[in-house]
Amino acid sequence: MSADTSPAIELRGASKIFRTPSGDPHTAVRGLDLTVERGEFVAVVGPTGCGKSTTLTLVSGLEEPSEGEVLVAGQPVGGVGDRVGFVFQQDATFPWRTVLSNVMAGPRFRGVPKAEAKQKAREWLARVGLAAFEDRYPHQLSGGQRKRVALAATFVNDPEILLMDEPFSALDVQTRALMSDELLELWEGTGASVVFVTHDLEESIALADKVVVMTAGPATVKQVFTIDLPRPRKVESIRLEPKFIEIYREIWESLGEEVRITRERGAADVA
Amino acid sequence: MSPETVTPPLADPVKPQAPAPSRSRAQAARRRRVIVVVARVLLLVGVLGLWEALSRAQVIDPFNFSMPSEIWDQITSWVLHGTALGSLGEQIWYTLYEALLGWVIGVVAGVVLGIALGRVAFLADLFGPYIKVLNSIPRIVLAPIFLIWFGLGPASKVASAVVLVFFPVFFNAFQGAREVNRDLVANARILGATDRQVTLQVVIPSATSWIFTSLHVSFGFALIGAIVGEYIGATRGIGLLVAQSQGTLNSAGVYAAMVILAVVALLAEGLLTFAERRVFRWKSSSSGH
Repeated sequence: MSADTSPAIELRGASKIFRTPSGDPHTAVRGLDLTVERGEFVAVVGPTGCGKSTTLTLVSGLEEPSEGEVLVAGQPVGGVGDRVGFVFQQDATFPWRTVLSNVMAGPRFRGVPKAEAKQKAREWLARVGLAAFEDRYPHQLSGGQRKRVALAATFVNDPEILLMDEPFSALDVQTRALMSDELLELWEGTGASVVFVTHDLEESIALADKVVVMTAGPATVKQVFTIDLPRPRKVESIRLEPKFIEIYREIWESLGEEVRITRERGAADVA
Repeated sequence: MSPETVTPPLADPVKPQAPAPSRSRAQAARRRRVIVVVARVLLLVGVLGLWEALSRAQVIDPFNFSMPSEIWDQITSWVLHGTALGSLGEQIWYTLYEALLGWVIGVVAGVVLGIALGRVAFLADLFGPYIKVLNSIPRIVLAPIFLIWFGLGPASKVASAVVLVFFPVFFNAFQGAREVNRDLVANARILGATDRQVTLQVVIPSATSWIFTSLHVSFGFALIGAIVGEYIGATRGIGLLVAQSQGTLNSAGVYAAMVILAVVALLAEGLLTFAERRVFRWKSSSSGH
């Protein structure tokens, strides 16, 4: 990893065209160029439904690009690799497994012996503060606790690349801020590269080194902003700093326009 | 739910203690339960009594419609002195054996094929139309054919039970495999699961609630298959008991066999519900799905 200097993630002119159920092609992303350096935290913001999530599925290998190239650590992505972790927007814990068994799932799928998987899983559960909950089933936990299980289940695999698809959008506001802080703490120990998709601009600035603004769909990169706020950060306090507000205003000028376009399109569809 | 601080587990975190209802309210609830049970018993007694009375008064023909007391006499005589075919227990065991065997074979075949076709699009495309055609055949007419193929023994009844059980189980397993949450599958793949692991550890567990739904219905179908098979031709079993009673114009015998069947089916249903509770410990009891 040290000798290799290629960026963690590189998208070169990547496009993705889906077939809708009616048979018409739908372009989710078009001509996407994006580079994520190793250890970098990149947030992707854009209007709702513009195709941000598709970017992640391309990087993860769950979907292949229709055109262009997707490289992870300099290698073209062919199928789901073992470098990647993915935290989904929806709850993706296995409801029939206990908390401990959920966190063990990744290592077990990858052939780690049971005792070792259990030990690693317990370590991560302790780190997300759920050590006392290992025998519970997901339905016995709160939404925030289930998200923690998902984080532990992802981090236990030691991913080099962490993809997050609006992971906290279903949580209430206070919980979301807490989870953001915890995410930063967990991430800072790992050196993983993160792509964090969100529609919440505040969240993206508070978390990221770099904020990528996407255009209204089909999505492509509109503008990239570097966030030079010092780390370690605390989400709740950092958003009150003048520098934060200045950055927010600057990015919103760019993002707001795309949001407006999306909204006008929606209105035209209704009319 | 609870705030995002980590709290040690409570004694019973699943069901937070409901506020203790006042004593009078508990009493009212208990009284209501008693009233429901009493009303149920009265309804049964009323219907049976009316049947008995009308039959004794010759308003309905006792020869064709029999009456509860005669049915009861028939059952006790079967229990105490055995049937014309041998002991009653043997007949019940025969029918149950055929139904159970047919049910197990039909369920295994239905689940395996349902999951396979649900997971592999090529297989679904290949077999789909044929399965639809087979399903549209009224399968009960196959019973005489099975009798010709497999003879008077249990095999022909097992075959009838299998074809009745297979389709509902198959379609539910297929649907269950198709409707697996895509995020769960994607998550498993990201975590490193192979296709096989996805099928065994994600698709099958999530399809179990679909499959269990069909198991309830299909055990009834297995009994139907066994009974119809016996009715058409057999050497033992409750279906044969029905056929013989009918042949000797013993309507009480037909009803008595029906009562015995109902009891057997209810017991089986109870066992299945018990098994289901054990399997679905991971499900929240409050949410219905």
